Amino acid sequence: MKKISGKTTKRIALALGAALACAALAGCGSPSSAGKNGELYVYNWGEYIDPDTLTMFEEETGIKVIYDEYDTNETMYPKVAAGASVYDVICPSDYMVNKMIDNDLLQELNFDNMPNALSNIGASYYDTAEEFDPGNKYFVPYCWGTVGILYNTSMVDEPVTSWSILWNEKYKDNILMQDSVRDAFMVALKLNGSSMNTLDVNELEAARDALIEQRPLVQAWVIDEVRDKMIGGEAALGVIYSGEAIYTQRENSDLEYVIPQEGTNVWLDGWVIPKNAANKENAEKFIDFMCRGDIALMNFEYITYSTPNTAAQALIKDEDIRNSEIAFPDLSQYNNLETFTYLGEEGDELYNQYWKEARSQ
Amino acid sequence: MSRLYGAVRKFYIALIFLFLYAPIATLIVLSFNASKTRAKWGGFTLKWYQSLFGNDIILQALWNTLAIAFLSALIATVIGTVACISMQNMRRSTRSLIMGVTNIPMLNADIVTGISLMLLFISIGIRFGFGTILLAHITFNIPYVILSVMPRMKQLNPSTYEAALDLGASHIQAFFKVVFPDILPGIFSGFLMAFTMSLDDFIITHFTKGPGIDTLSTKIYTEVKKGIKPEMYALSTIIFVSVLILLLLINYTPRAGHKKAR
Repeated sequence: MKKISGKTTKRIALALGAALACAALAGCGSPSSAGKNGELYVYNWGEYIDPDTLTMFEEETGIKVIYDEYDTNETMYPKVAAGASVYDVICPSDYMVNKMIDNDLLQELNFDNMPNALSNIGASYYDTAEEFDPGNKYFVPYCWGTVGILYNTSMVDEPVTSWSILWNEKYKDNILMQDSVRDAFMVALKLNGSSMNTLDVNELEAARDALIEQRPLVQAWVIDEVRDKMIGGEAALGVIYSGEAIYTQRENSDLEYVIPQEGTNVWLDGWVIPKNAANKENAEKFIDFMCRGDIALMNFEYITYSTPNTAAQALIKDEDIRNSEIAFPDLSQYNNLETFTYLGEEGDELYNQYWKEARSQ
Repeated sequence: MSRLYGAVRKFYIALIFLFLYAPIATLIVLSFNASKTRAKWGGFTLKWYQSLFGNDIILQALWNTLAIAFLSALIATVIGTVACISMQNMRRSTRSLIMGVTNIPMLNADIVTGISLMLLFISIGIRFGFGTILLAHITFNIPYVILSVMPRMKQLNPSTYEAALDLGASHIQAFFKVVFPDILPGIFSGFLMAFTMSLDDFIITHFTKGPGIDTLSTKIYTEVKKGIKPEMYALSTIIFVSVLILLLLINYTPRAGHKKAR
């Protein structure tokens, strides 16, 4: 073919340019209409709030909420760190709060503007938060829980008290482990009596060897499927988050949840305000609102993860849940609970290295 | 012997179909399960379909997904086709160089494309939202269009275009009456490919989306921590069935007037 006219090409290109410009304009020119008292950008885990509470907040305060969700701390972090979108409130987990403080991404909260955060959240949760937020300057707890063993009483007849049952030959191919570095190493480190935040090479090697030794017994390394597999009776023992345990028990009454005596991970998710937030005042109003007893109760019933809100705990109608050892265990009886702390880049690398060895050898 | 051969062949095909469709069949069955967990059959129900249509957030995400897929595929098809036309007029060496360059983004990992687009948008200062997702999708769709239009372009007989000009057609008339019908199948399959790539994409969308806007894939990913809601099974079933019906219609409608375009 010799040539398709330059003119034709030019015209098409022109039309195209116009179309593109329209698209770009449509994208830029439509900022959502602000509420009468401004707006608020919230970035939270998926399915981690009762949507009705957002509507209530908008009605009571006149602040428009622009709500966005993420699936893991790790996908949230680069977006916030790069400043792609400016959020006013985020709900990261313990170690991620640690990392964000270290990288100077957060700003200090003014608790004078958040009376509910002081009066309704149990003091013990702030004590726990000190591990990753020294001085309680940046973080207000929202959800928390433990990690433990979920077991099927029709398949396990001995009492379950220790992580060591996950190394018992009797339950070969009936054990489910968490498929994530820190959670898996937590189990092995705690079994050996080490700290789950250790950077000691000998302790980590011992934990790695324990995981390698355990491998032939493990049916699967999974995350979400622990829930469904345990409900379906496809495994006898599984490592699970306490928030899921209540739900699985509702579906299958043979299941029991236990915190092993060697101690475990206590995790906390909660509200922080990033440094570049554009609406700090609204953000504090939002955190305070979320700490209100009735609101925290609605969220607890929606999420089913334990709430650190003592006012909400008192409002729970169902006595079994209110006194549930799973939802609200008495943590004072354990002296070996820890939260994850940020290990630094080198620490993360060290864990990943041993994790690779544990999974592949 | 040949009967055995036939049986093996049938078995092999059945096996392939099983691998391809067993996951989708599972999903469809689960969308009618009254129990929220896949481990228990709680009886037949349509309640997930009901709550799906009452769920504005999911429907909004569906609308965003379709709008972005359609617009980005359309715009990418136009840009890609124009690119092919001008590449056709280039010297062989320049053309193959440009082909190589357009192939790179396809081979590139999505996460690299996603993060670099995000950084680009930040440095230009565009507000993140529908527009940025659309621009990103157009960007990664263009190479697929070029890839499927270019071979058609090469098969063209240049004399027909020149003949049209000799017979008094203007350049535009000659293009739309002679060239365009010939490359149309390529354009169409390029459009479809771009449309599906856009529907599928998660990572690039994740990095280029702004607060308050979700496509189905980003919406479903955020549900991972708490478990994917059965409404999503219902929606996936509906999408699968619609695509199936569409394909059946395309393949079994009588092809009257098929040759007319020439």
